[in-house]
Formats: sequence, C-alpha cells, structure tokens
Amino acid sequence: MAGKPKLHYTKGRGKMESIRWLLAAAGVEFEEEFIETKEDLEKLCNDGVLMFQQVPMVEIDGMKMVQTRAILSYIAAKYNLYGKDLKERAWIDMYVEGTTDLMGMIMYLPFQPADTKEKNLALIIERATNRYFPVYEKALKAHGHDYLVGNKLSWADIHLLEAILMAEECKPDILSAFPLLQAFKGRISNVPTIKKFLQPGSQRKPPTDEKFIAVVRKIFNI
Amino acid sequence: MSGKPRLTYLNGRGRMEPVRWLLAAAGVEFEEIFLETREQYEKLIKDGVLMFQQVPMVEIDGMKMVQTRAILSYIAGKYNLYGNDLKEKALIDMYVEGITDLMQMILMFPFSSPEAKEKNIDSIKERATNRYFPVFEKVLKQHGQDFLMGNKFSWADVQLIEAILAVEEKIPAVLLGFPQLQAFKKRMSNMPTIKKFLQPGSPRKPPPDECYVETVLKVFKK
Repeated sequence: MAGKPKLHYTKGRGKMESIRWLLAAAGVEFEEEFIETKEDLEKLCNDGVLMFQQVPMVEIDGMKMVQTRAILSYIAAKYNLYGKDLKERAWIDMYVEGTTDLMGMIMYLPFQPADTKEKNLALIIERATNRYFPVYEKALKAHGHDYLVGNKLSWADIHLLEAILMAEECKPDILSAFPLLQAFKGRISNVPTIKKFLQPGSQRKPPTDEKFIAVVRKIFNI
Repeated sequence: MSGKPRLTYLNGRGRMEPVRWLLAAAGVEFEEIFLETREQYEKLIKDGVLMFQQVPMVEIDGMKMVQTRAILSYIAGKYNLYGNDLKEKALIDMYVEGITDLMQMILMFPFSSPEAKEKNIDSIKERATNRYFPVFEKVLKQHGQDFLMGNKFSWADVQLIEAILAVEEKIPAVLLGFPQLQAFKKRMSNMPTIKKFLQPGSPRKPPPDECYVETVLKVFKK
C-alpha cells in the first residue's frame, strides 16, 4: 500500500538534498519527480498538492508533506534516528539547526551577486571554523563516543556529515583543525547505507553549477 | 531543582516572542534576562553558554537550549502540545513552519530601509492573504472544530494566533476575507492562559520600535 516515498523538486541539491541524505542513510528507497520548467511547478500548484505553493514536497505514508524541517523530522522519527526521549531529541534538534544554518549559507552562495561572492565565501569558512565545527568537535571529545547523541547514529550525525562534505567543497582542508571531525567523517562515511549513497550512480546530486542556477532562477522566478 | 525556565534575549519580541507565547499558553511561568549592551552579550559568549554564540537561549530542565525551533519543539513536546502521534506531529510541524515563514517577514521588517518598508508591507499582506491564511481558513472550515488539529489545542494554534495578531498590527483589516480565522482569533484570545498573556503586565513584548532596532544593532553589531 504505502509504496516508496516520492520526492518533488528540481534535479539539484537545494533544500531537498538533506532529505535524500536522510532517506538514503535510513536505507529507504525513494522515487523522484523532477521539476524542469516553470510550467512543471505551476502544474503542481494548480493541482493543489503544495500546501504553501512551495517545494520540497514529499509524498510519504499517504501525506503530501511540505516544509523541509517537517519532512526531515518525520523521517528521522519514523526510522529511529531521533534519539530515545525528549531530551535527546532536543540535542539532535539543536545540532541540526546549527548545521542547517551553515548549509543554508553554502546553498545560497551561488545566488548572491557576483561581487559579494568572495566575501560570502570567506564568511562561510569563518563560521564553519569558528562557530559550528568547534561545537561538534567539542561534543565528540566530551563523551568520546562515535556519534553525537546517545551513543547511537542519529539524524544529527547524518546532517553533520552532509555539512562537512559541503564545507570541504568550499575549502578542501577545512577540517584541518578538527581531528575528531576527521575521524567522524571517516566513520560515518563507512556506514553501509551512507557509503552506498556516496558512490557514483546514487541519487545524491552534484554541486550546483552556473548552468543549473539559471534553470532554477527561471523555474522559481528569482 | 530546575525551577522556572529562564529566557535570555533582548527586551523585545524578535526571535524569542514565539517562545514566550508557547510557555504562556502552556501555563508555564518563566523568568527573563534582558541583553542591553554588547558587553553583556560578549560575556555570555566568553562564558560558553551560547552553543553557536547566539540568542535566544533558554535554560530549561538542566539544558541551556539554543535555536528557536529546537526550543519550541521541546516545550511543545513536554507540555503535550505536539499531537498524539507521528502523523499529527508532522501536520503541526508543517503548519508551524509555514507560519514561521510568514513571521520571518514581520521579524525582518523593522530592519528594512524606509524606502523598502511600503513594499514589504504589501508583500506581507500578499503572502498572508494568498498563501498562508487560506490554508488555515480551509482546515478550520473542513473539520468545523475549534483547533487546527481538530478538537485538541496544539502548538500550531499558538503560533497561528501570534501570527494573526502580528499581521493585524501592520494590516488591520487582513482577516476580512477569513471568517473562520476571525472566529478562531476570538476563541484563542479567550482561552484563559492566552487571555492572561494578552493583558497588560504580562511578559508579552510590544511591537518593535526605533529604540529596539537601535539596541539590536548595538548589541549584535558585526
């Protein structure tokens, strides 16, 4: 009955990429329907399937879910990646909000005016190195476990790995001051479902290039 | 042992206001520490109590919680305002995320340039009347019950009444085409805990003024 989750988005990372990561890490197969033109998006709106006329939209368990955080929270809880109680969930939420802020900066970089790109990239690197990565390095050091929360793989770990890899695309040696995060990256990349997702041919999307930015601008009128 | 939750933020609405609303609606008394100077803020950072060097920060149940959504999710979960199961939680999350997007426009408004202000009011009005309010009007009409989730009060209701009142402060007649929301507004405003919060002398903060904007820029200047 339930079938595979079906993702509606453009054929790029954007706001849907974290959802692809989480489903993949949870070992859940999913289908994707790609929005390629403005008309594709308009059709979805006209069909009344987008609660706030926006994507991402994920068809899952009879729901047409929208709003990235809502979708991610649902998947995390359903597949036991959200801690064992309210407090663990609180820690996971805090960590995930941090990595969301960092990845948000990286995601918007290609859409910013050309003359601000250098400054914004420098800010991303500064924030990653001084605000975000130290928190996760310290958390791992404090308890000495393999995972961020509750000694068990959670959404927070998957999200952090995604953020690390994105940050490394900005600056390859960005983890140089963070030995525990380097080890973490190695460990989590080797989780079988994640390892599979990191291989060519998976549903992971490549970094956004100029050509794709133009397509996105046209579809969303931005 | 744990005592009342303690909120650290500026003496204004900003990103802490939804937290004040939710605690108040849940009937939970709380204390507040107000940031007035840059020095106070820098001291908090130096003391290591702000995970990502940011406020809001809420001391609750032995945790120093940061990240507004994480804080709100925890409070909603703790005080039974988050639905009865995963699917109800998903719906509440979707509603809340939509309302948060609308509130974000209101949040940023005082910081826009004088020239942009009129255009921004128009944008808020457009989004409220075309994208967000119709969704909740329809939900209430469809089930005919008192709350967004049917017959049970939830975080989504608190977020919605806060948003309605905030938008009305800018666009007084905004609920004109929304009879269900007008009735909802009356009902929510009369719930004992919310009624108390709406009275003078409560922890509810006034709309942001010039003085508030100045304080924000002073404390958080980069």
